[in-house]
Amino acid sequence: MTMLPKLTIAALAAAVALPAWAEGCSFENTSVRILSNDFPALHAVNGRAQDCVGDGNEFVLNQTSEHKNIQVPALQANPAEYTVAVVANGSIVPLINEGLIRPLDDLVEKHGASLKPTQLIKVNGKTMAIAFMANSQHLFYRKDILEAAGLEPPSTYEEVLAAAQAIKEEGLMDHPLTLNTAVGWHLGEEFVNMYNGFGEEFFKPGTAEPSINNETGVATLEMLKSLVQFSNPDFLTFDGNTTNALWSSGEAALAIQWGSRAAQMMEGQSIDVVKENTVVAGMPTVGGGATPASTLWWDGFTLAKNISDEEAEASFIAMVHGIQPKLLEVHADKAIWLLDGYTPGPGAIGVIENANRGTPAYPMLPFMGLLHGVLGNELGDFLQGRESAEQALADVEASYIQQAKEQGFLN
Amino acid sequence: MILPSLAAMILFIALPIVSVFVQSLFVEHEQVLVVGENCGPFGCTPTTSVDFEATEKLREEKPLGRYAGFSTYLGRNHLATSDVAAAWGSSEGIGDFISSLMNLRFYKALIFTLTFTAMVTPFVVLLGLGTAVLVNALPQIVKGPTIFVTLLPMIVTPLIGSLVLFWMIDARGILGATLAELAGDPDLSLKASLPLTWVMLIFYGIWHSFPFAFVILYAGLQTMPQDTLEASMIDGANRWQRLRYVVVPHLMPLVVFISLVQLMDNFRVFEPIVGFQAQANATSLSYIIYDDLRGGEIQLFGSAAATSMLTILGVAVLVTPVVVRTWRDFKQRRRI
Repeated sequence: MTMLPKLTIAALAAAVALPAWAEGCSFENTSVRILSNDFPALHAVNGRAQDCVGDGNEFVLNQTSEHKNIQVPALQANPAEYTVAVVANGSIVPLINEGLIRPLDDLVEKHGASLKPTQLIKVNGKTMAIAFMANSQHLFYRKDILEAAGLEPPSTYEEVLAAAQAIKEEGLMDHPLTLNTAVGWHLGEEFVNMYNGFGEEFFKPGTAEPSINNETGVATLEMLKSLVQFSNPDFLTFDGNTTNALWSSGEAALAIQWGSRAAQMMEGQSIDVVKENTVVAGMPTVGGGATPASTLWWDGFTLAKNISDEEAEASFIAMVHGIQPKLLEVHADKAIWLLDGYTPGPGAIGVIENANRGTPAYPMLPFMGLLHGVLGNELGDFLQGRESAEQALADVEASYIQQAKEQGFLN
Repeated sequence: MILPSLAAMILFIALPIVSVFVQSLFVEHEQVLVVGENCGPFGCTPTTSVDFEATEKLREEKPLGRYAGFSTYLGRNHLATSDVAAAWGSSEGIGDFISSLMNLRFYKALIFTLTFTAMVTPFVVLLGLGTAVLVNALPQIVKGPTIFVTLLPMIVTPLIGSLVLFWMIDARGILGATLAELAGDPDLSLKASLPLTWVMLIFYGIWHSFPFAFVILYAGLQTMPQDTLEASMIDGANRWQRLRYVVVPHLMPLVVFISLVQLMDNFRVFEPIVGFQAQANATSLSYIIYDDLRGGEIQLFGSAAATSMLTILGVAVLVTPVVVRTWRDFKQRRRI
C-alpha cells in the first residue's frame, strides 16, 4: 500500500520531467529562481526557462515592474532569494556596485556554445551578464499627416520642430508631438538622450564629477523646451503608456518612444488610420551631430553570487535555454533580439538604425543613476518656464554633488 | 500597568526613531573607483566602476558608514543653510526670497506641505461641522442614506480616489475639458499649472478628509443635552446663536481632537501627489523621503533618514500648541 503512491509519484515526476530532458536541460534536485521585469518579451524567455527546469526542481518566478527595488536586498541575502536577476544596463549597476552577481566566464565556456560573443557583457574583462535583447528610443511618425503637410520624414530634431510647426499651422493637429516627459526617470532619460546627441560626456573622465553644466547642457534644455511646446500641456505626466495611448488614438503625428513599444504602437489597440500609417525611423540627430540623440539599452540576465555552484549552473542552463534562437519561432515580434537568426521586422528598424549609426550605450557608471534621478526631478521647473536653463543646470549640479557626497562617490 | 506600555513604546516608537536618527548622521563610505573597460552588444567603452572588494573592506571596518554629523541636514538637499543665506543676501524682497527657496528641494516640499496642512485642516473641521449640523436636522428616514453617501469619499482609498480624479482632470477628461471650455483656453491644464495643481490637491484633501470630521462631530451632536438646547430656545436664542453659543462649545473637545489628527495627517500628505503625478509642481516631505528610497537605482538612506527626522520635528512643532491647550483644559477640569 505504501509503495504504490510513491511509485506513482515517481512515475508521474519522470513523465512530466521527460519533455524537459528532451529539450536538453539535465539537472535535478536544484533550484532556479528568477526575478525579472514584467513585459511580454521577458515573459517569453522566462517561460522557456521554466519549461527547461521541469518538475524535478524548484522553480520560482517573480515578474514585476518593481524588480529594481527588490533586487539589491533580495540578492544581498545569503543564500540569495533569487538565482537569476534579469537586468538592463541601468539596473545592473547597483548589483555590480554591491558585488552581488558572479562572473559567468566558466559557465559560458561550458554551456554557452549558442551564445554570440556580442551577447557577453564584460566589465573589466569579466563576463557579468548575458544580453539577449536591445532597446532604444527613436522616432515614430505618421506618413499620412506628413504627406498632408507636404513634409519629408525628419532626420534631425531641427526638422522635427519644423515639421511639428507646419502640422500645427496647417491645422492638422494642435499637439502633433509627444515624448515621454513625465517628471522623474522618464524626463531624465530624455535629457540623457538629447545630451548624448551633442556627443558630450556626462562626467569628467575617470571621476564622478558632473560636466553637464555647460553650453551643451543649455542647448539640450533649449531643444527639449522647444519640443514640448508642441506637446499636450499635460506633458510632465507622460510616460511610455501615455505616449502609446495618445499615438494609438491618432492624436499625435510625431513621437519619440521606445522601440519595444513598436508592436503596440503600430498594431495593438491603435485605430485603423494609425495602424496603416505608422512608420518607425532612427532617432533624429541634433545640433549638426552625426549620431542619433539616443542611448542604446540591452536586457540580459545575471546570476546571484550568494547561491551554490549547482544552482548557478542550473540557472545558467535554464536561461540559455530560454534564449535559444528557437524562441524566435513564436516570439520574434516581441523585441529586438540579439540572437542568431533574428530578422528584424518593420517595427525594429528604429533600434537597428540607432545601433548602426553609432548611438552610444547608456553609460554603466556607478553614479549615473544619481545624476539621472536628479535630472528627472529638477528639469520640470525649467520646462514649465519657471527658471532659466542655466539655473536648472546649476540646480542639477548642486543637488547631484550633494547626493554623490552622501554616497561616497565624491569627497 | 505602566511598565508594559512603556516597554512597548520604547520598542515600537523610540528605538526606530533613534535608529533613523543615527542613520541620518552617517554617509556612505568613500567608494573606491577604478577605471576599466565595459564591453557589450554595442562595442567597448572605457568606463569607471566601483572596486567592490576595496569598498567592502572599508564597510566591514565601519558598518555604519562615515560619521558626518549634521552635514546631511545642512546640505543642499535638506536645510541648505549656505544656499538660504546666499539667497537671503541677494534677494530683493520677500517674494524673491521665497522663489529662491522654492528652488531648493526641501523647502519646496516644506512650503507645499505647510500650505496643504494650513488650508485643509480648518476646511475639514468647518465642512465636517456644517455637514454634521445639516444631517442632524434631516428627517429620520433620510439620515441613514445621507450619512452613508457622505462617508463615501473617506471609504475610497486615497491612491485610488486620486487616480480616478487624475483621469477626470486630464486635459481630455471630463473635468479638465469642461474647465478649459469654461475658461475659454484650450491649453488650460490643471496638471501643468503650479497654482491649479495646488488648488486641486488641497481640494482633494478636503474632499477626502471631511467625512472623518463629519462622522465624529455627528456622533458628538447625539450627546448634546436637549435641556440646554431647550433652555437656550426659551431664552430666545435663534438657530445661529444656538449653534455658536451652545453646540460649538459642547463639541469643542472633539474639534481639538480632529484638528490634532488632521494636522498630523495632512503634514504627511503623500498619496494624492503620487496619484495625481503632481511631483512636477508639488512635493511634500513624505514624497521626498519616498523619492530618496524608491526614485532611482541607488537608495539614499541617509538623506531619507534626515528628511524623516525633520518631518518628526515639524509634526512636533505643529501639534504642540494643540497639545498644550488640551493639557491646560485637562488640568482645569481636574481642579473643578
